[in-house]
Amino acid sequence: MSAHVHPCAGLLAAGARWLAGTRVRWVEAPSGDQPRVYFANHSSHLDFVVLWAALPPAIRQRTSPVACQEYWKSSALRRYVSTRVFRSVLIPRSHEATLGGRGALTPLLAELDRGRSLVLFPEGTRGTGLDIGPFKAGLYQICRQRPRTEAVPVYLDNLHRVLPKGEFIPVPLVSTVTFGKPLQIEPDEDHRHFLDRARRALRDLKRR
Amino acid sequence: MTLLTLLAGTLAALLVATAAGLILRRTVTSERGRATVVNMNLRIATWWVLCGLTAAALLAGRAAVCLLFAIVSSLALREFITLTPTHRRDHRALFWSFFVWSPLQYWLVWSRYVELALILVPVCAVVLIPARIAIAGQRERLFQRSAAIFVGLMLCTYALSHIPLLLTLELSGAPGGSAALLFYFLLVVQASDVLQWIWGKLAGRTPAVPRISPNKTWEGYAGGVLSAVALGTLLHRATPFSAASAALISTLITLLGVAGGLMMSAIKRSRGAKDSGAILVGHGGILDRIDSLCLSAPVFFHVVKWLYAA
Repeated sequence: MSAHVHPCAGLLAAGARWLAGTRVRWVEAPSGDQPRVYFANHSSHLDFVVLWAALPPAIRQRTSPVACQEYWKSSALRRYVSTRVFRSVLIPRSHEATLGGRGALTPLLAELDRGRSLVLFPEGTRGTGLDIGPFKAGLYQICRQRPRTEAVPVYLDNLHRVLPKGEFIPVPLVSTVTFGKPLQIEPDEDHRHFLDRARRALRDLKRR
Repeated sequence: MTLLTLLAGTLAALLVATAAGLILRRTVTSERGRATVVNMNLRIATWWVLCGLTAAALLAGRAAVCLLFAIVSSLALREFITLTPTHRRDHRALFWSFFVWSPLQYWLVWSRYVELALILVPVCAVVLIPARIAIAGQRERLFQRSAAIFVGLMLCTYALSHIPLLLTLELSGAPGGSAALLFYFLLVVQASDVLQWIWGKLAGRTPAVPRISPNKTWEGYAGGVLSAVALGTLLHRATPFSAASAALISTLITLLGVAGGLMMSAIKRSRGAKDSGAILVGHGGILDRIDSLCLSAPVFFHVVKWLYAA
């Protein structure tokens, strides 16, 4: 699989990072090059770009976002940005919510098997940024199917103030990206327990 | 004494500080001392950048100085608003602060519309910020929210813009002109900060305001202010001031600098932060560097305007 990065992706990442004054913190330094699932709180259109820009370049070029097909295929520009610029893996929203929609996860698992990492927003949609919403089951499904995959919590602070949902002009405040300690699923862990553990790991980064 | 003399003196001081830092790095052995020296060397390195940028802007002219301070104001405002809780519905008022009020203020300064520059924020923005928040339709804590944004704009943009505003003054009997006066002001106030730090490290014993700034001591304050006043008096030939008035004016601006520092520390502490950011390595954020200028700059501008401007 080529590790080619679209030139617009690099530009957008640099721009977003400059605009959002991003400070990056790693609780545990990244090691190895095995595929990972980065999961983060979601409150702004800038979330993915800023998170992606905060990754070291070698990891960045092997990392794709997971995005909602209905939203990102609804116009030519959105389709271009999501599929060509950022090489998103698009999945239908109706399946995100359910445990049953395993078929929808096939492209995600294929991506991991190809050695690429994923960025996932398990809340499924952008929130107000004040609290972390309940997680959908996709994160659990991926970790259950590929139990050796590490799930890395990433807390994005202040981006809901830089560009809140419903606004289109960003305000240049200082934001922070905190990468937490990777989690792995336990052999007999059920979906509620795992998602709860993942959500708590993300919440704990907020308090740091 | 001209601007170039002041710049050469600053260069010499930086060289001495850098040499002292290198010597201290070899001689200090205690763990706490080493940490202080490492921090000191980072601060000196950042001072090279800050002095270099200021000198380059002053030599390039008024437009460059306005641009430099417009950037500093934006970065300071960004840190201030980041520290301040705002509501989601304040987004447009914030957009106006960053992209309209702040650039407009510096445009007025650059265009020499001095009267307008002096009223833009305190007369216009003070009404238009709450008005924009009111249009957004969220009335909860409207007063506190507008006040926070307004204070940010006053401190970070309005107050700081008085520094480039000095360049619009026609001074009588100033050998170095207004550019030298501007540099003199920055030199005295910032040297006071540095000297307070040095005196505090060397002789600091009695905490002055332990609940706001645990590291500030009476010895540091007194030593720093007195030595900065001595510096300001010595350099009076760069300004239109006599030696006696230079001493008085230096006392005034260094004391107002202390007040500005205390105000910013109190704001930061009330938001649970020690530093406002990390953009200036060793110092913290921009706000930590400009806090002493917030109050002293407008007062210095008006003192010079009333007493020395033609």
